[in-house]
Amino acid sequence: MSTTQIHVETDVHHDDHDHHELSFIQKYIFSEDHKVIAKQFLITGIFWAILGGGMSILFRLQLGFPDMDLSILKPILGEWLTPAGKIDSEFYLALVTMHGTIMVFFVLTAGLSGTFSNFLIPLQIGARDMASGFMNMLSYWFFFLSSVIMFISIFIETGPASGGWTIYPPLSALPEAMSGSGLGMTLWLVSMVFFIASTLMGGINYICTVINLRTEGLSFSRLPLTIWAFFITAIIGLLSFPVLFSAALLLVFDRSFGTSFYLSDIYIAGEALPNIGGSPILFQHLFWFLGHPEVYIVILPALGITSEIISTNSRKPIFGYRAMIGSIIGIAVLSFIVWAHHMFVTGMNPFLGSIFMFLTLIIAIPSAVKVFNYITTLWRGNIILTPAMLFSIGLVSFFISGGLTGLFLGNSAIDINVHDTYFVVAHFHIVMGSASFFGMLAGVYHWFPKMFGRMMDEKLGHIHFWISFVGVYMVFFPLHYIGLAGFPRRYYSFTAFDAFQGFTDLNTYVSIAAIITFGAQFIFVFNFFYSMWRGQRAPENPWKSNTLEWTTPIEPGHGNWPGEIPAVHRWPYDYSKPGAKEDFIPQHIPYSDTPESNMPHEEE
Amino acid sequence: MEAKAQIPRSESQMLRVNPKKFILWLFLVSIVMIFISMTSAYIVKRSDGDWLIFDLPEALLYSTFIIIASSITMHWGYLSARADSISKLKVALSLTFVLSLAFLATQFYGWSQLVDNDVYFVGNAAGSFIYVLTGLHAFHLITGIIFLVIVLISASKYKVHSRKMLQIEMCTTYWHFLGGLWVYLFLFLSLYN
Repeated sequence: MSTTQIHVETDVHHDDHDHHELSFIQKYIFSEDHKVIAKQFLITGIFWAILGGGMSILFRLQLGFPDMDLSILKPILGEWLTPAGKIDSEFYLALVTMHGTIMVFFVLTAGLSGTFSNFLIPLQIGARDMASGFMNMLSYWFFFLSSVIMFISIFIETGPASGGWTIYPPLSALPEAMSGSGLGMTLWLVSMVFFIASTLMGGINYICTVINLRTEGLSFSRLPLTIWAFFITAIIGLLSFPVLFSAALLLVFDRSFGTSFYLSDIYIAGEALPNIGGSPILFQHLFWFLGHPEVYIVILPALGITSEIISTNSRKPIFGYRAMIGSIIGIAVLSFIVWAHHMFVTGMNPFLGSIFMFLTLIIAIPSAVKVFNYITTLWRGNIILTPAMLFSIGLVSFFISGGLTGLFLGNSAIDINVHDTYFVVAHFHIVMGSASFFGMLAGVYHWFPKMFGRMMDEKLGHIHFWISFVGVYMVFFPLHYIGLAGFPRRYYSFTAFDAFQGFTDLNTYVSIAAIITFGAQFIFVFNFFYSMWRGQRAPENPWKSNTLEWTTPIEPGHGNWPGEIPAVHRWPYDYSKPGAKEDFIPQHIPYSDTPESNMPHEEE
Repeated sequence: MEAKAQIPRSESQMLRVNPKKFILWLFLVSIVMIFISMTSAYIVKRSDGDWLIFDLPEALLYSTFIIIASSITMHWGYLSARADSISKLKVALSLTFVLSLAFLATQFYGWSQLVDNDVYFVGNAAGSFIYVLTGLHAFHLITGIIFLVIVLISASKYKVHSRKMLQIEMCTTYWHFLGGLWVYLFLFLSLYN
């Protein structure tokens, strides 16, 4: 195996033009190669997904089987179990908080964007690597550091942050409020600062690479929709994560220095705190200015991956390419002006509420455009049900069913009733959580051959899909009912209230479904690691796809293309073009090679 | 398997903008977002009421003049580098360095003036915000000074000249940005006191 040292920059002087092997550390650990960094993000993301998913199983056990004796878990949970073998109620809150933080930030932001933006941007736009390999490496290692800090916080005596993933003050600002608001919260904030730095460095690199390093002929109007989605996601991240930094910084000052940004005259045990005049609502404004764009940071890459996979496996051009780009941009712009729909019940002026409601409901339009285009792409296509395709179609299903409940939640009047209930939980777990998880899984199944040069097992993929797909609906659909009945999220116990006793069986059902769904993910984990070494060898273009990554060698080395980078001559969706010899024409084939299928305006 | 990448000249010419410069611009965007969110928080908090009214320390006005002067010397350095007059370049960069330290000292003096005025970091949010905004800006300015020193060292090794402008161009951009940022903050704090 040989490696080549590539020098893309011509204005920097290099002495080492000789061929040399990179050491193990340079190649696999402190690597500046975007493909290795992508795999690092993916593996770390899988680790976090298992941990975050496992936490949800723990609190589902508490909700579904409130009288269960969990003493077997004593070696893992230790003092977090009560003497009766039940989960401690403060630890329950910690579990909910960590589950949210891990899934939203570590899995679906870093694990998804970090993996696929890193892996696909240079390969699909025809670049040797990212604009700055060094910064890309730093981005991963900042994420790693942030992960380590968050991981440590789970094991400290007072427990990790427990005020919910949204860390609203005063709960998160006062160490005396709950045990998780002590050291655990501090570690949460430190960890997130590194996470923000990592996301910004990654995002800046993605934007710069997409704008500056596209190969010859690859104009923005020929860019695959994956790249469009990653590009817009990175822009959203660049504009929103600094705001989280501001919010967190002021929270740090309130917690550790005694300022009064968020804290006002609060009485604890009959004594007033020295703080005066702070406003906890201010934190919510700052947080949701990040928090709402964040949900699009989570879902847009998944939608981009889906566009690519659905088009490839329907053997049809994506329907409404320009409308797809328009809707991505539309969603991105709108995402910044709807944050207050998370705050309808904070005593906001109802008139302001109706403005935010109006803006929120407008998002339904670009979202519906995307769904319509997916369905019309599938319509009468030669559908090939690979695991990746199944997961993409699953995503579309979730995006529809979860999106519909968004229309209710976005309505400021109905929100009064369902705010912070399980209805919200059901909504965002389907439309954002499961949908983008499915996008991520689809991406792994689809690009696994390019990542590791081998194929994943298709049968296991199908089993994984069907259990997960049915499982997700079994878990989250019943939660709508519980939510409409008014049960609040994050509560430790259903059985404590007469009004909700009737839901005990439903909760047991949901918990069993959750355990099955979580268990099915290990089929994927096995498939992933087994195929990495033992999978069938991948051909050069296993899905007969058009984009540039399939023109690289099966296992691309450093620099991606051993020879010249191919130039691009057409858009990426020339599938089943009338008159063409095959049902796909890759992007690097010039029109002059395909006179039989050219449209009149494509004659060169 | 001796494979060596043949990179034709045209490939690197596909670069629309120098990637490093572009990365700097994107960094500036993220810094802008930090300060936009901070000043927005300031406006939101102020409209809540319970807001301490006090005079902005005079020192902050002087520091504004100092930082504008440092921008001018920085630009003089940039122009000298382009004209290959290295001695002028070194003088200009050194002057900028001195002015930047003067700026930081004045800001610090401004803080002590605030304390004399009974405006503390801990207390009414109106005061806290001034410390946070000036402190955050000072932090970014220190990163700018580190960059400036790096350029100054390269300049003294004759590594900055008309055919090697990237470093000083980036430093100048960052410096003007930091100056502009302070002018914005100063105007903001004076008008929204």
